[in-house]
Amino acid sequence: MSLERQSRIRNFSIIAHIDHGKSTLADRLIQKSGLLTEREMQEQVLDNMELERERGITIKAQAVRLIYKADDGEEYTLNLIDTPGHVDFNYEVSRSLAACDGAVLVVDAAQGVEAQTLANVYLALDNDLEVLPVINKIDLPSADPERVKQEIEDIIGLDAASAPLISAKADINIKEVFDRVIADIPAPSGDESAPLKALIFDSFYDAYKGVIVFMRVFDGSLKKGTKIRFMATGKEFEVVEAGVFGPGRFIPTEELLAGDVGYLTASIKNVSDTRIGDTITEVSRPAKEALPGYKKVNPMVYCGIFPSDGSKYQDLRDALEKLQLNDASLQFEAETSVALGFGFRCGFLGLLHLEIVQERLEREYNLDLVTTAPSVIYKIYLTNGEVMELSNPSDMPDLSVIAKMEEPVVKAEIILPSDYIGTVMELCQQRRGEYIGMEYLEETRAVVTYNLPLNEIIYDFFDVLKSRTRGYASFDYELIGYQESKLVKLDMMVNREVVDALSFIVHESSAVERGRKIAEKLKKEIPRHLFEIPIQAAIGNKIIARETVSAMRKDVLAKCYGGDITRKRKLLEKQKEGKKRMRQIGNVEVPQAAFMSVLKLDEE
Amino acid sequence: MGEIGVYIHIPFCVKKCLYCDFNSFSGKEEYFEEYKNSIVKEIEKFETDRELTVKTIFIGGGTPSVMPAEFICDILNAVGNKFNADKNSEISIEVNPGTADFDKFKSYREMGINRISVGAQSLEDRLLKVLGRVHNSEQFFECAEWAKKAGFSNINFDLMFALPGQTLDEWKKTLSAAVKLNPSHLSLYSLIVEEETPFFEMFESGKLKSVSDDEDRAMYYWAREFLKDFGYFQYEISNFAKKGFECRHNITYWKRKEYLGFGLGACSFFSGKRFHNNYDLLEYIAGSWFGEEEDFSKNDAFSEFMFLGLRMNDGISLKEFYDYFGVELDSVFGNKVELLIEQKLLEEKSGRICLTRKGVDLSNAVFRELLL
Repeated sequence: MSLERQSRIRNFSIIAHIDHGKSTLADRLIQKSGLLTEREMQEQVLDNMELERERGITIKAQAVRLIYKADDGEEYTLNLIDTPGHVDFNYEVSRSLAACDGAVLVVDAAQGVEAQTLANVYLALDNDLEVLPVINKIDLPSADPERVKQEIEDIIGLDAASAPLISAKADINIKEVFDRVIADIPAPSGDESAPLKALIFDSFYDAYKGVIVFMRVFDGSLKKGTKIRFMATGKEFEVVEAGVFGPGRFIPTEELLAGDVGYLTASIKNVSDTRIGDTITEVSRPAKEALPGYKKVNPMVYCGIFPSDGSKYQDLRDALEKLQLNDASLQFEAETSVALGFGFRCGFLGLLHLEIVQERLEREYNLDLVTTAPSVIYKIYLTNGEVMELSNPSDMPDLSVIAKMEEPVVKAEIILPSDYIGTVMELCQQRRGEYIGMEYLEETRAVVTYNLPLNEIIYDFFDVLKSRTRGYASFDYELIGYQESKLVKLDMMVNREVVDALSFIVHESSAVERGRKIAEKLKKEIPRHLFEIPIQAAIGNKIIARETVSAMRKDVLAKCYGGDITRKRKLLEKQKEGKKRMRQIGNVEVPQAAFMSVLKLDEE
Repeated sequence: MGEIGVYIHIPFCVKKCLYCDFNSFSGKEEYFEEYKNSIVKEIEKFETDRELTVKTIFIGGGTPSVMPAEFICDILNAVGNKFNADKNSEISIEVNPGTADFDKFKSYREMGINRISVGAQSLEDRLLKVLGRVHNSEQFFECAEWAKKAGFSNINFDLMFALPGQTLDEWKKTLSAAVKLNPSHLSLYSLIVEEETPFFEMFESGKLKSVSDDEDRAMYYWAREFLKDFGYFQYEISNFAKKGFECRHNITYWKRKEYLGFGLGACSFFSGKRFHNNYDLLEYIAGSWFGEEEDFSKNDAFSEFMFLGLRMNDGISLKEFYDYFGVELDSVFGNKVELLIEQKLLEEKSGRICLTRKGVDLSNAVFRELLL
């Protein structure tokens, strides 16, 4: 009975290189399928949905259930689970994939296999998924499906002989995708009567229902009233509602059974109680062991975030709190900078996570921000035997009380076309990388492995890697531990005053170079004043680089006659307004851009 | 009752110079006469219950000399009919060496114009080309000669420095040659690259390279010293004159006194209001002269008084300020002036406050401080 039911369920993801048509195909599949079962339509689900709408709940497009009537006359439930696409979120991606039994691999018929295609396929294969290649955009004049099939076979090693040739945009052969999903992707085969085991692959906070947990049930069942336990956090709750992902809405159901993908609510107040990758079980009859693959994700990168307008501090706090409701990995605490005023020290999974949060703060909350250089967490062994963790350079103790310092190291895997191996190895060497190995995936593609200090990759490593490989390299890293290192704190001084927001920790060997580059950048960004401004980089009391912003020689309007007066007054007012927006360091006005510019140091 | 300056705007040019952001355009000769008729009408229709005496008239542009002389005469007559004339009034006209001839100068003299301002800009043909001027240096020398021959004794040359590619030596040569002609007045302008001019694009794209601030100032300092030896006194940031030949019309602006502007887009400051005319030529010709009032607050008025007055070497006096506004300068600006004196950007001499030499170079910084 249980297996018979599950035989009409398919749980899958779509994976692709960027722009190969993942979302177009997803939209097309949604459009071509039914979103409600016949039974649900009879049961007036629409009424329920109306209620949901009144309460302002909309589904997060992370998963959707499709109903497809196949040629055999059976009605199939296809759960399509979306995956985020960033290296910082590889863990989330892998958990989303772990909730599936198969993946549709979309490859562009003109572009062929690309870096991300490969990276995504490996993630899918790591999770034992059946990968179903589909060749998209066959309507393009430059489409060459035969070559692309060959590439899929040669590079990825998947049989692509019978891959559907489709165009999601032009609606060509979409039926074949449905048929192949049903034929090739295995149906779930969980044990309905076994103790509950469900995998959390996403969650978000809803003001009415509390945290809504997205999950895949592997074994057992749950329904309203089931007492559940999150195995990693140990938190226990009682299910208030369980259901499936309808068309842009949640559809409550009686129960969720082995093989189902759906959601639950349980009056959970805190997103951090529902960690992605955790296993849900039943309190009264717990599973012996959790599903594999869970890890607690901790921030790896920290930076200061300040409102450019000091009066927006409270707005920034509100915005961060709101973001945190749905992003348990975002951490923050109040920080005060002499140069930038009140702000927050924030922790992120990685640099991209940082950028996404920053962008959301600016775009969704309309905040103008100044961020400081990202920092990793250093371990400082003090001479008195204590060990401290340091994520803010301003907190660095005096050198005389430091016995040694350690920095985090990651194992980085870079998949790239073999033409770029030389330049990428050079880049890794420059970044103090330790060569671990290299393996050819096929004649023209290789994976290069390095151990790299994390602080060498959080600035601009990914950008530089992309530009040196014309976007063909993909990059992934995982923390492997800490190693002792000769680290120093580099201070920047403007007109002989240390600018706390510009201090950072750097390896001794690159301190001079970095100090020099930042001094040069600041020289470009700081406008001339009426006096000369020295810009210095210093380690302790030792100056290691110096630039000078020479005094302004001339700021004069040659002409001002009867027709110019109002215009000139407005010009002066505008200039004055521009100065107001600058940050005051001593008697020097520093534009906000100067703080940001040091984050983007050109590599050469 | 009141004394005013009158400004007449002639927006036409043979060709617009590459650095020019003025209210002017080339061609449109077919509109000269209609335009003149419209200006005359604008003057005739001007209404005020105040009795006004015109102390100065300035005919500027554009290039007033592109117009037939008799049109200028018609406009001056209209001014004379409308307002009380002053026997000693200063009446200036701007001419471009490429558009003037001896007969025109003679006519100007006959209609009562007593001051000629020649847009020389440079005496190096190479630089004149860079600027996009229509004339060459030979035409300038000819023009200066005609002006004198026609009987003008009050003659100004406009010259520009810090031009792209200009050397200090070239500037010295130009200014020396100009001084040899013994004009009564010299306006020396450091090039301003204004937005929305071809020059701006050319500098942005790197096609033209600006001289450094140091070179710019070297040219300025040299000129200042050089002119002193020839009896020219600096009386404003960019203006030098022999004793008694300061341009009285322009001083009207800097002392924040009243003036009326007639013609396309011309600006006025009259009865406590600033306003400008319509900028659209056809609308102007059709009799829609007025543009809009330019709002300013009481605080703006204080600031204007300062940034205009301080342009002059004599600066402003505390008494003038009090007479003008009825309040003490200190009560308006607090210790701002004192701080600027401390920074050696302003100085106080016998009740007058003026820019120091350094303050001249950084005058915008001073003026920004004095915005309220």
